Amino acid sequence: MTQPFATVVDIARDIASGNTSAVEVLEHHLARINEREHDIHAFNLVTTEQARATAQQVDADIKAGKKLGPLAGVPIALKDNMCTRGIETTCSSKILEGWKPPYDATVVTRLQQAGAVMVGKTNLDEFAMGSSTENSAFGPTKNPLDTTRVPGGSSGGSAAAVAAGFAAASLGSDTGGSIRQPASLCGLVGVKPTYGLVSRQGIVAFASSLDQVGPFTHTVADAALMMEVIGGHDPLDSTSLPQPMPSLTSVLGQGVTGLRIGRLADMPDGCEPEVLARMDAAYAALQAAGATIVDISLPSLSYCLTAYYLVAPAEASSNLARYDGVRYGMRVETADLHSMYGATRAAGFGAEVKRRIMLGTYALSAGYFDAYYGKALKVRRLIANDFAAAYEKCDVILTPTSPTVAFPLGDKTSDPLTMYLCDIFTIPTNLAGHAAMSVPFGTGAHNMPVGVQVLAPALGEPTMFRVAAELERAS
Amino acid sequence: MSNASSAPQHSTALPNGWEMVVGLEVHVELDTKTKLFSASPNRFGDEPNTNIDPVTLGLPGALPVLNKHAVELAIRLGLALNCTVQPSTFHRKNYFYQDMPKAYQISQYDQPINIDGFMMLPGDVRIGIERAHLEEDTGKSTHIGGTSGRIHGSDYSLVDFNRAGVPLVEIVSRPDIRNSDQARQYVAELRSILLAVGASDAKMEEGSMRCDVNVSVRKPGEPFGTRCEIKNVNSIRAVGKAIDYEARRQIDVLESGGTIRQETRHWDDSEGRTHTLRTKEDADDYRYFLEPDLVLLDPDQAWIESIRASLPMLPAARRAQLATLTGANKESESVYVIVERGQDEYVSAVAQAGGDAARALVYVQQAFAEEGSTPKVAASDIATLTQMERDAKITATQAKTILSEMVANGGGDPVAIAAVKGFEALDTSAVEAMVDAAIAQQADAWSKFCAGEEKAMGALVGAIMKASQGKADGKVVTAILQARRTQ
Repeated sequence: MTQPFATVVDIARDIASGNTSAVEVLEHHLARINEREHDIHAFNLVTTEQARATAQQVDADIKAGKKLGPLAGVPIALKDNMCTRGIETTCSSKILEGWKPPYDATVVTRLQQAGAVMVGKTNLDEFAMGSSTENSAFGPTKNPLDTTRVPGGSSGGSAAAVAAGFAAASLGSDTGGSIRQPASLCGLVGVKPTYGLVSRQGIVAFASSLDQVGPFTHTVADAALMMEVIGGHDPLDSTSLPQPMPSLTSVLGQGVTGLRIGRLADMPDGCEPEVLARMDAAYAALQAAGATIVDISLPSLSYCLTAYYLVAPAEASSNLARYDGVRYGMRVETADLHSMYGATRAAGFGAEVKRRIMLGTYALSAGYFDAYYGKALKVRRLIANDFAAAYEKCDVILTPTSPTVAFPLGDKTSDPLTMYLCDIFTIPTNLAGHAAMSVPFGTGAHNMPVGVQVLAPALGEPTMFRVAAELERAS
Repeated sequence: MSNASSAPQHSTALPNGWEMVVGLEVHVELDTKTKLFSASPNRFGDEPNTNIDPVTLGLPGALPVLNKHAVELAIRLGLALNCTVQPSTFHRKNYFYQDMPKAYQISQYDQPINIDGFMMLPGDVRIGIERAHLEEDTGKSTHIGGTSGRIHGSDYSLVDFNRAGVPLVEIVSRPDIRNSDQARQYVAELRSILLAVGASDAKMEEGSMRCDVNVSVRKPGEPFGTRCEIKNVNSIRAVGKAIDYEARRQIDVLESGGTIRQETRHWDDSEGRTHTLRTKEDADDYRYFLEPDLVLLDPDQAWIESIRASLPMLPAARRAQLATLTGANKESESVYVIVERGQDEYVSAVAQAGGDAARALVYVQQAFAEEGSTPKVAASDIATLTQMERDAKITATQAKTILSEMVANGGGDPVAIAAVKGFEALDTSAVEAMVDAAIAQQADAWSKFCAGEEKAMGALVGAIMKASQGKADGKVVTAILQARRTQ
């Protein structure tokens, strides 16, 4: 598949070799932003001035013969739930509007050290709660491939920014599919790393035990390079894994000969036939490349959605309690403390965020804890056991990323439950803390892209990337 | 500081056979350089909101990183309280309050670091320690305007986050305490242990040690009654007073046919009474759940053992050692006071220098209250002083004078001081003459003394001491008087 825009690898190489300059690359991207952003709304903020300053610095460094980072001069967009020092970080919520963090998230620091040029902060479903980016307090993002359709969510802005050529790559966060599903809907590669492989320090928490940061890119090689930059141990995140970041760029050419690919024996209902057809094509392509297809089952899969909608809101109800108007962000002045809390939160949070705070508060309450939150934790253990059993028979598992291609704006906003079903294939990975990525694999209904999801056990990224690279070659 | 720990202030017995059941929850701030989950200084008394950072303020995206030194101090304390140190977890305790920056407190819930310890009190009373767990402190609110100093009715509130995130250990006793004396002894002993192991400065007046008291009453042998928790008990004296007040209040309610509601009460030290703060029905639902930003705290067994090996001798063992050395009772006030001041090693040094340990105990208790654990006066000089007194070269009164001078000057040779002051014990024949003169002058007192009225001896001794200008040894005078009476 030919790429509509230059890749991270190409840009980094061309800048380093002097074929082009960081400023020139940036201006190409800024020009595309000027042309289409009013239509797409990928960004909450375009950081034009800072980006130009960084690009000029990169060019100066090249001129001075300094050693360059692997992403020197590459324009990159950040989901607006990642703290950027002195630059507004809103989570697409009114309650944080205007808040400027006094520090950078670890992933932001690592991108800067690698020489990346940050072009802006991208739109998301408020506090990353949603699957279409329609829950943003600042208006929805549209799918650059068809602006009547959603880009997916919650990292819809990050996906759209790359799909529209506004940035060569972007970072999103994935709590239940928020990178992989928009990647699938926008025809991109999107990675949800193993829990703990990428630092969460400076990522505004939604559900701390599920959140992971990962890249959106046009190619698997770009995703591998991005992962190598942002991944690896961070002493500022206690849940960060101690292992060194495995090399991913070096495994992409290894092929899939001898690998065992798991196929779900009981595919859940609700998948579009075109999506299932692409899955069959994916299995066939991998088999042709030397892999074996084995049928596996995940008996607890059907409980995962329910479990997720208890665990994630429970943690969110606690994580979002700090937005109380006392120290930062929005405050609605009233006569006393408790009414100030209530008025601030009533005005500051949108409907979906309130729904999940209430759901989570209820699930953790005395008398309900065991029946809801406690049971959900049991499902987490069950799905982890299911995966462990499955991975005795196979090396990776292939599923659709999303049951459907990108759907029209407004299609699911009136019924939260239908929206929640978008994440049926992505949620189990987060519950288990495993790795997964979405790889574009042709198109489905309405000529919109279909993504194939490659799932791997914890720290199974090298094998996962080998399979993803093979799928990319076959697509 | 000498506190009321050992001063006998026996609580009076409860009426009509009632018995109180008391458990204590004591929070202590650990003496670390930095906070429990961030690198901000843990320091009392700084300008408000200077020891803060993104973690302390609960800024979005900020994550806690556990302070290893705090864990070490918690383990030190746990081992000193005879606890089992176990793998532990942190939970979130969720509630809204303006001095709680994240709207949850990170605390240990069902898997605390230290469990199942105990402490021994005088009379071989064993008080169980249920747990001693790690948690973070809150910020501090000051309510401006209004009359009560409480948030209700105030014009506005100021919040200082310097204290937010300071490491705490909460030590929860079992309900094994049966009177206010034991409660005071428990708090005093806990304080001594905290100081001995270096876990905390344990200053109740600065809030680095804070007590909540659970009190219920029952007739012996009956099941526990409904308990009330009393907060704001900020001194060892207040612990005793609050418990005695609360037990009597509950007995009054029960004896007049009422029932005790489970509630949290506030101790008003100036009024000497407790008030309802909130009832069980108003209690927050804290929605505890496992803190997902932290991982299992599973200290290496070798590390625990190295901490155990580094523990100093604890106050109880030191008191026993001092009692053996000096012949004093291990539960006597002087033994408690000397160990609390950390002067037991000094007394031991006096004995090693050939001094009389029993006299040294008395001297040090009387004269070294302000000296700390390393008095300036050389132990060998105190040893000499005890020898001079024991050998009747000086009287007890003279010894005391010399001691005062040595302390005032930060040291000195007692022999030289005695010489300068002209102190010398009079020889026995000179004293005998004075005794006979006194018997002649105080015939009335003498005949009463001979009739067995011991009090009458005072007048005779007084006359002799006056005549000798204090140089006669009181013990010698008494002995001669006794001898004359039986002749």
